[in-house]
Amino acid sequence: MNDHPATPRHEGLASLRAPFAPGAPFEIDRERARKILEAALSRGGDAADLFAEFSVGASMALEDGIVKTATRGVSLGVGVRVQRGQAAGYAYTEDLSWESLLRAAETAAQIASGDARAVAEVQERTRHDRYKVDFPSVLAAGMGKRELLLRADKAAHAADSKVARVEASLAESFREVLVATSEGKFVRDTQPMIRFGVRVIAEADGKRQSGSSGGGGRYGLEYFDLPGKSPEDHAREAVRVAVAMLDAREAPAGEMDVVLAPGDSGILLHEAVGHGLEADFNRKGVSNYSGRVGTPVASSLCTVVDRSDIDFGRGSINVDDEGNEGTSTTLIEGGVLKGYLHDTFSARHFGIDPTGNGRRESFRSAPLPRMTNTLLLEGPHKHDEIVASVKRGIYATRFGGGQVDIASGDFVFSLSEAYLIEDGKLTAPVKDVNLIGNGPDALGKVTMLGDDLAISDGIWTCGKDGQSVPVGVGCPTIKISGMTVGGTAVQGR
Amino acid sequence: MDTSKLQDLVDDVLSRLMKGGASDAKVVARAGQDLSVRVRLGEVELVEEAGTRSIAARVFKGKRVGIASSSDLTAEGVARLVSDALELADLAQEDPHAGLPDPSELAKQWPDLGLFDPACGGVLAGEAVERASRCEKAAMDFDKRITNSEGGSFGRTAGGFAMATSGGFRGGYSGSYASVSVSPVAADEGGKNRTAGYWSARRQLARLEDEAAVGREAARRTVALLGAKKVPTQEAPVVFDPDAARSLLGAFAGCVTGDAIYRRSSYLLDLMDQSVASPLVTLVDDPLIPGGPGSRPFDGDGLAARRNVVVEKGVLKTWLLDAYAARRLGMKSTGSAAGSTGTGAGVSNFYLEPGATTRDEIIRSTARGLYVTAMMGFGFNAVTGDFSRGAVGWWIENGELAFPVSEVTISLNFKDLFGSIDAVGDDLDLKSGVAAPTIRVSRMTIAGS
Repeated sequence: MNDHPATPRHEGLASLRAPFAPGAPFEIDRERARKILEAALSRGGDAADLFAEFSVGASMALEDGIVKTATRGVSLGVGVRVQRGQAAGYAYTEDLSWESLLRAAETAAQIASGDARAVAEVQERTRHDRYKVDFPSVLAAGMGKRELLLRADKAAHAADSKVARVEASLAESFREVLVATSEGKFVRDTQPMIRFGVRVIAEADGKRQSGSSGGGGRYGLEYFDLPGKSPEDHAREAVRVAVAMLDAREAPAGEMDVVLAPGDSGILLHEAVGHGLEADFNRKGVSNYSGRVGTPVASSLCTVVDRSDIDFGRGSINVDDEGNEGTSTTLIEGGVLKGYLHDTFSARHFGIDPTGNGRRESFRSAPLPRMTNTLLLEGPHKHDEIVASVKRGIYATRFGGGQVDIASGDFVFSLSEAYLIEDGKLTAPVKDVNLIGNGPDALGKVTMLGDDLAISDGIWTCGKDGQSVPVGVGCPTIKISGMTVGGTAVQGR
Repeated sequence: MDTSKLQDLVDDVLSRLMKGGASDAKVVARAGQDLSVRVRLGEVELVEEAGTRSIAARVFKGKRVGIASSSDLTAEGVARLVSDALELADLAQEDPHAGLPDPSELAKQWPDLGLFDPACGGVLAGEAVERASRCEKAAMDFDKRITNSEGGSFGRTAGGFAMATSGGFRGGYSGSYASVSVSPVAADEGGKNRTAGYWSARRQLARLEDEAAVGREAARRTVALLGAKKVPTQEAPVVFDPDAARSLLGAFAGCVTGDAIYRRSSYLLDLMDQSVASPLVTLVDDPLIPGGPGSRPFDGDGLAARRNVVVEKGVLKTWLLDAYAARRLGMKSTGSAAGSTGTGAGVSNFYLEPGATTRDEIIRSTARGLYVTAMMGFGFNAVTGDFSRGAVGWWIENGELAFPVSEVTISLNFKDLFGSIDAVGDDLDLKSGVAAPTIRVSRMTIAGS
């Protein structure tokens, strides 16, 4: 089924129709999909799948007060995978001619050696629509989008005389996918996305700092009408951060209490537990969480879920890139490890249903278990009482990114806006600093948890094995009693 | 698709853009054949094989710029690329600095840098699996404490690139790359596992490090991490092994490109011709190294590639500039344009010139400090130079590697970090476009327990 928005006729819509869509020149219908999958299983194998993708991306960038470039890119291709035991053969083609599709299937088939295996009769399946957009932004008039960037520029310069430079960008994409499997799935999905960003440089008294703000999700341009999401709102927020950080002092070094603001701080979960619970690592037994289902891995305040069903969420998906429906998966409940994030491969290995987390960057890669929107659910405490409980520590609001070593569970994340907490009050801003910890250890030290769950605005991209996918994070205010802060100022010096 | 066909394609698209109303244009196309395999615990896990291709155009209508790209090379796909690029140029606003480089600056001829080895493309799936298996087996056999593996991999890519501009540049070349890597796993106390990958990559297949040697080195590094612990928070010397040091260099490279300068996004902005590193530090960007991983005969603007000494004995000598940034800054291009349709400079082979000291001598001459073998995270602010990242490695006590260290961070502003490099090793290995030998920074903040 294809839930293409029922927009009034617009000539641009034709340009968003995938060349493999019904009626298009290289249509892949159920019959053709079956033939390709049969070729893929011509030498045997346990299962095969086909992934066709057509993606139109566009971006505009502003600097020096003008929209300097407008770009558009088209990516089109089909990947075929054959699975046999623990092994997979994968081939893709950017040429959708019948010969090329069969050649890709035969190349992928080389992983197997044996008698041909039958393909189940393919069935179309129905599904939800978690990002029903009336009008994809890539089709909206370019001049209107240009205006969004110019508005951000104007607002940033007006916000503070210390603003020396403003950059703004709007990136949009519209992705149509088709998944067909030898087990009979035949699913289409269309996935819109926008991401807006403003970055400013503020200068004063010989000091220079940058600040940025951004957001988006699986929206059309109506995103900018949401409360607090206008180009002006993002511009003013970027300026606020840059100007505040001009006064940043050296960050402390060593172990201390850390309070994480709601929303973007969910990156902590993404690194501290999310990656370690992706089932490929656990199938292989290389994660520090391997074999720990049913045991405590966090303080009893912590319940962590991965939800692909958040409306318009950056990490949301109706179906994953293996044709499985996106779900809500409880990973940790009351501190106890409940399960992992699965793709078809790992689900078969563990003998359970897939959780709909098989994702891939594009048709150029085989899918892997990946997060969607990963959330730490709320707790009993008030934000202010959490901050007030800290004698000396760090309060973190904005983040540059994070990374985890799956094997040991050690993770880092870098703060781009943070403040000292002294005697229960936020005092001075501190310079960029990294926090480092170990997953179960850090989550075990979550001693207070706010009642103010927030989901990050749509800015995060997760990388794994060289594949990037959009994700969301979310959490309430979190207090970690003792984490290593990687500043430069050694106490008592 | 061979390079002459690629050249025909870019010529055709260029002429269609010019006929369609562009005042100037640049077109690039790439095509390649990739194979990668992964073997885990002796079993084939993944065999991935594909042919890739793409085309991209940068179109000027006076001072307005539009950019389009596509992997759809059907007649419809190419027609759409042409019309998209022309339409997008109308959408952009006039950029007074936009334009192609002066034709007199364009490269007319260039050296054969030996970037293509047909043997790379000759490796078929069976041989690739054998090579990956040999690498992983050597790692598993090295030490009985190695009990698991994230897999051994072999990959190769071979392809061509062609470019044409309405300013009169026309050229292309072929390149290849082969790589082998493995990440063995050893079980440690407290449910932790330890892994330290190791890899080799070369443009020439025959020059790739022996697979078994790569496997043994990965295993050696992995078991070395067993029992790693935090150290107390303190200031101490920090020695960076080549893989860690190259990551510092990569961050530094982002601060010397012309685009970072006109965007005022570099802590080096006001420091041209001044001391930005210790006198032991000379940083070179050299695209002309035969067979070098980042080598290129001409840059993305079509200018002849040339060797640039960015930092000489600690003094900042030049930015790395493409034609656009040079025009913005009132300077001359250094032939450093990155090779696609956007503007911006990129490093080629960017390395820290090796010294005369061995790695062992550097460690022996360190009374106590941290030897860093890997870093984690994104903790670098290019605008301020503030640097803070997670680190893994060994504690040095009396000039000896005493015990493994993990879960600590190291921090220092880049001005001070590069300024206090007091030892440079002789062990430069140009296996990636950014490369460094072992170096020591005399004092950094280490945050731990």
